[in-house]
Amino acid sequence: MLRLEGVRVVQDGFAVTADWAVPAGAKVALIGPSGAGKSTLLLAVAGFVPLQAGRVLWQDRDLAPLAPAARPVSMLFQDQNLFPHLTVAQNLGLALAPDLRLSEMQKAQVTRVLDRLGLAGFGARRPGALSGGQMGRAALGRVLLQARPVLLLDEPFAALGPGLKADLLALVAEVAAAATVLMVTHDPADARRFADLSVLVADGVAAAPVATAALFADPPAALRDYLG
Amino acid sequence: MASRIGAIALALLLALLVLGSAGVVAAQADRWTLGPAEWAAVRFTVWQAALSAGLSALLAVPVARALVRRRFAGRGAVILLMGAPFLLPVVVAVLGLLAVFGRNGAVNQALGLLDLAPFSPYGLLGVVLAHVFLNLPLVVRMLLAGWQAIPAERFRLAQSLGLGPRAIARHLERPMLRGVLTGAALVVFVLCLSSFAVALTLGGSPRATTVELAIYQALVFEFDLGRAAGLATVQFALCAVAVAVAGRFSMPLAFGAGLDRGGVIPGPAGARRWLDGLWITLTALFLLGPVGAVVLRGAPGLADLPASVWAAAGRSLAVAVVAAGLAVAGALVLAGSRARLIELAAMLPMAASGLVLGTGIFLVVHPLIRPEALALPVTIVVNAALALPFVYRLILPEMRSLQADYGRLQAALGMTGWAAFRLVTLPRLRRVLGFGAGVAAALSMGDLGVNALFAGENGATLPLMVQRLMGSYRTDLAAAAALLLVGLSFALFALCDRWGRHAAA
Repeated sequence: MLRLEGVRVVQDGFAVTADWAVPAGAKVALIGPSGAGKSTLLLAVAGFVPLQAGRVLWQDRDLAPLAPAARPVSMLFQDQNLFPHLTVAQNLGLALAPDLRLSEMQKAQVTRVLDRLGLAGFGARRPGALSGGQMGRAALGRVLLQARPVLLLDEPFAALGPGLKADLLALVAEVAAAATVLMVTHDPADARRFADLSVLVADGVAAAPVATAALFADPPAALRDYLG
Repeated sequence: MASRIGAIALALLLALLVLGSAGVVAAQADRWTLGPAEWAAVRFTVWQAALSAGLSALLAVPVARALVRRRFAGRGAVILLMGAPFLLPVVVAVLGLLAVFGRNGAVNQALGLLDLAPFSPYGLLGVVLAHVFLNLPLVVRMLLAGWQAIPAERFRLAQSLGLGPRAIARHLERPMLRGVLTGAALVVFVLCLSSFAVALTLGGSPRATTVELAIYQALVFEFDLGRAAGLATVQFALCAVAVAVAGRFSMPLAFGAGLDRGGVIPGPAGARRWLDGLWITLTALFLLGPVGAVVLRGAPGLADLPASVWAAAGRSLAVAVVAAGLAVAGALVLAGSRARLIELAAMLPMAASGLVLGTGIFLVVHPLIRPEALALPVTIVVNAALALPFVYRLILPEMRSLQADYGRLQAALGMTGWAAFRLVTLPRLRRVLGFGAGVAAALSMGDLGVNALFAGENGATLPLMVQRLMGSYRTDLAAAAALLLVGLSFALFALCDRWGRHAAA
């Protein structure tokens, strides 16, 4: 279970609070207007932004003392998920060994993941030589190799256009079936397609998660305002 | 964590070197009132620096404007040429200027034909001439960057409104010039305040002595440690005040690459076209003439340079390579920190000069050890410290954007220490590191300052060797050695820069 216990995060003078839990393996959408603090909340779970109050717990373990790399968490950022000067295979390899000294077994592991994501033969290219969709897949391959139980998605595919985005979200659902996923999105369609639970983030509060279908069937006032 | 400790330790070391030197010279100054000779040196220093800065700024405006609004074959080469004098060893520039403006130079021969009084490149005029030669191109490049920072849309708007050159100057160019030109003039002023090699070769009379030169004279000729210490204190105070004032302005840093992009700015037709052409031609001649003279004069003697010159060249190469390595490594370590005090420490050497640091070190070591024995290590340390702020200013913005772009990804992957440096920092910053190393190496290679204080018969670097040959009127030999010096300086710069440009992706 991922629990946000009385959490309060402040970034750039703006605060967001959350006090709820989601079961392991849940797919959760964080939806709400820009600037409501969705990304900030994700960054706090990942360990990039300190908590002003409260605790983040995974399976009853407080994550506070853990550095980002030591948390049971992997994250896809809005952009800059791949180092442009390293090859695709090297970028994926970093998930297994931050100094890129990979064993033969680990190299084979990278190749398997590339194959699985439809990037066979792209390992030696640099990210700049890939299409947007391929870059999204490569970034996904990186978190797949990190194999952490919690996956945080900060709108990583937002720039891709609706069709590609849907494909990649379907791919996430497939390859990260066992992971607990928190996904920031602006798009109700993403939430409906991908997430069984949704958290509405508005007015400085991340509300407790509710079933996505129920949320959109009877939207609260803040969501109605946002959907227009 | 380790990197933070490194940054703090290095910042303390820099503070010790700079403030320690300032403290030592202040403590050993034998009197606090300045005599007439000292006052004359202070007045001359400030006056020549102000004149040099003013003239460089004034002349740079028409040249930069001409370069910005005209397109012609060789324009790229002219802009590249503007980057060169900053890296040109000062003694070489002086030698070249003497060949053109000296008693038998082309200028005086022309004046003689016209029955005009000859021009003397010594004293105030000569010092200012050399400083303009060395700094005009720097200001031109800063102005070019300023012009290119004006959005092309504004020039298009001005065109669609039918504004003439006067109106464009008033509404678009003058507001930019006010900011950039002030900053540029201050940079030149600060650089000229600690002018040593130019004053040593073209000044030197009691009426044309900079404080920096007076320190050298007091230490080397009079061995008057108290007087040298007092002068060094004055020099440190002068530079510190000037740097503090200059620090309030945002400094354009334009000896970087990439000054040839952006849209074409409309150039007015008619007589202005010819005027622009004249400015560009005159500037190119002014810059190329002296260097060409050194090449012509030095080339024949290159083959039979004495072993002593080659030995000096070897020492200079060693100094340049090690000092550049230290400056780049130090700048990298300091740029990794965001602390305000670390930033201040990195800029601290700007307030010091070679002779101030040299005098401080001299006063500390001379009771213990023969200064000659330390000539090379001291030259290396002082040059590394003086080059560090330049390299730091180059690296800092790149480092900051690297952290902003990839800091989180690095942290998420647990990349730290050597792995992070090898896999991310080095490849991402390679370009600017190569360029910075090149600048540091060329500056250290050409520096004639602290080495003159410490070197005896056997520790002289190549610039000091050139100066000594000039002083003993062996001009052809001096020109050959100078040619070797330029060649090595630019080769070192080009090598480092090339390494940086071969960066992947």
